[in-house]
Amino acid sequence: MQPGVKRIKGVSYAKYGYLFSIPFVLVFLFFSLYPTLYTAVIGFTDLKGVTTTSFNFLKDPFANFTGILNNATFQKSFVNTLVIWIINFIPQLSLAMLLTYWFTGRARNIRGEGVFKVMFYMPNIITAATVAILFASIFGYPVGPVNSILKAFGLASFDFSTSPWASKLIVAFIQFWMWYGYTAIILISGVLGINPELFESAEIDGASRGQAFFRITLPCLRTILLFTLITSLIGGLNMFEIPKLFNWNGGPANETMTTSVFVYAQAFSGTYLYNRAAAASMIMFLIIVALSAIVFYLMRDRYEARANRQARQAKRALRRARKGAAA
Amino acid sequence: MTTRMDITARRKPANVVLYVVCILLAILSILPFWIMFANATRSTYQVQQQAISLIPSSYLLDNLKVLSGKTFDPIVGFINSLIISTGATFCAVYFSTLTAYALVAYSWRMRQPFFTVIMAVMMIPTQVTSIGFYQFMYRLHMTNNFLALILPSIAAPATVFFMRQYMLPTLSLDMVASARIDGAGEFRIFNSFVIPVMKPAMATQAIFTFVTSWNSLFMPMILLTRKENYTMPIMVSLLKGDIYKTEYGAVYLALAMSVLPLLVVYFILSKYIIAGVALGSVKE
Repeated sequence: MQPGVKRIKGVSYAKYGYLFSIPFVLVFLFFSLYPTLYTAVIGFTDLKGVTTTSFNFLKDPFANFTGILNNATFQKSFVNTLVIWIINFIPQLSLAMLLTYWFTGRARNIRGEGVFKVMFYMPNIITAATVAILFASIFGYPVGPVNSILKAFGLASFDFSTSPWASKLIVAFIQFWMWYGYTAIILISGVLGINPELFESAEIDGASRGQAFFRITLPCLRTILLFTLITSLIGGLNMFEIPKLFNWNGGPANETMTTSVFVYAQAFSGTYLYNRAAAASMIMFLIIVALSAIVFYLMRDRYEARANRQARQAKRALRRARKGAAA
Repeated sequence: MTTRMDITARRKPANVVLYVVCILLAILSILPFWIMFANATRSTYQVQQQAISLIPSSYLLDNLKVLSGKTFDPIVGFINSLIISTGATFCAVYFSTLTAYALVAYSWRMRQPFFTVIMAVMMIPTQVTSIGFYQFMYRLHMTNNFLALILPSIAAPATVFFMRQYMLPTLSLDMVASARIDGAGEFRIFNSFVIPVMKPAMATQAIFTFVTSWNSLFMPMILLTRKENYTMPIMVSLLKGDIYKTEYGAVYLALAMSVLPLLVVYFILSKYIIAGVALGSVKE
């Protein structure tokens, strides 16, 4: 597809391709690949204790992994993570779709569309730590704005932080509130990228707007929807600030503890069980790798892969022809 | 004529619903921050009597005085966050553009495999390998060193991917070739010809890298253990502690101080930020 500048006057520029990639490659190996392998190794050892750096491999190499998988708190945090993600994602996607349906209607000219988008996206750029503590204050007990409202309506004040379901719902609501604007903007720009001729010919054929939405828009958005789903799930599996800070360390009784909060608590508090935390991280790592493999196949430049394959075949044919000529 | 009126008449109720929903959502975005700013100026006693108020009061300075005696130090947090985020943003944007240039402008044997690796690791968050990262940094005595949070952003696969997608249609390789004929070296061509062409993409990525770095809590909290190194989000996370339990006004003020710079920057750059979010999906 892109020829690249291979040679000018017999000079090869290929070495600059390697040269300019060196900073990335070195930093990636040093700060990314090595820590990943190191985490995996620690998962098989007895490394624990606050200033410990030396370790021995365990006799039963998978002891940490089986320990984590059988750990009731880890199981609970994993279920919590999924539950909180699901009760945030379903309304988030539904609202984003509704906004997309409204904001991409060609007949409608929405006043203040830009201002609305700026407002919807705003919570996303605010520090999650601040958002968590702000909501903790808003739902505070006995003193807090929500309880003031309850009092104004003559209702009894309610301690949200001790109720498992209220805590879970609020954490999910915060995630929803921070991310629906992002999802809506992604979907809206996805719809605007669809070939308008499709809609025009549907209109000529007498399709209603609802029909056009379900028969054209949704199928065309399939890739973007799947991409949104998986990236949101990966983000959800790493949820940390809100569950850690909204209700101190995933309370009450670990009801809002997520896997990230669990890993943090194992490794950086109490007995500093780095090995257990590393095993838990690696389990999450494998799940995320599987999910990102799906994204990888979605996003891979199909045309480019095909073009490269053709180029390789052409080169091979040329070489064969040359060999034939020589013989 | 009649059909046209029918259509407008039919459309109206739906439009009303649309505006009502959108305005409610906008209020939902603003309200928590409004309550926060209002309460930041109210005394603890006022908050205790009535915790929800949209009207500011006059206790801003008193709340500030309460804060100044405690661990929450917005100036130190602000400066530390600024150093880390600026450094990380520069590294991510400059080196990602350089890497993208290597991928776009030169044909080399490992180009395609290299790009495949970048795409494969793009989605994997650094948080899941934090234990190894922490142990590694601890051995190097780099905990409490800002470089441990800045240098890793030299290898930002998602930024490289974005830069490459932007560069492919934008950069003219003929122009690069003619600069070469004029005798410019490869590195100079990159700095004085490619960078200006890439400026819009670099600005977009700079905003997002900066905000992500500014807001991150997990890695800084693990690595920075000394109080004088705390970033803004770490400072904020301390507000959950016991010493702030009954200082309602002061806590709201501290939160407001951590939000204000972000809101100012957001409203100045909102147009570019929204466009940048939309671009992320189109360019994929």
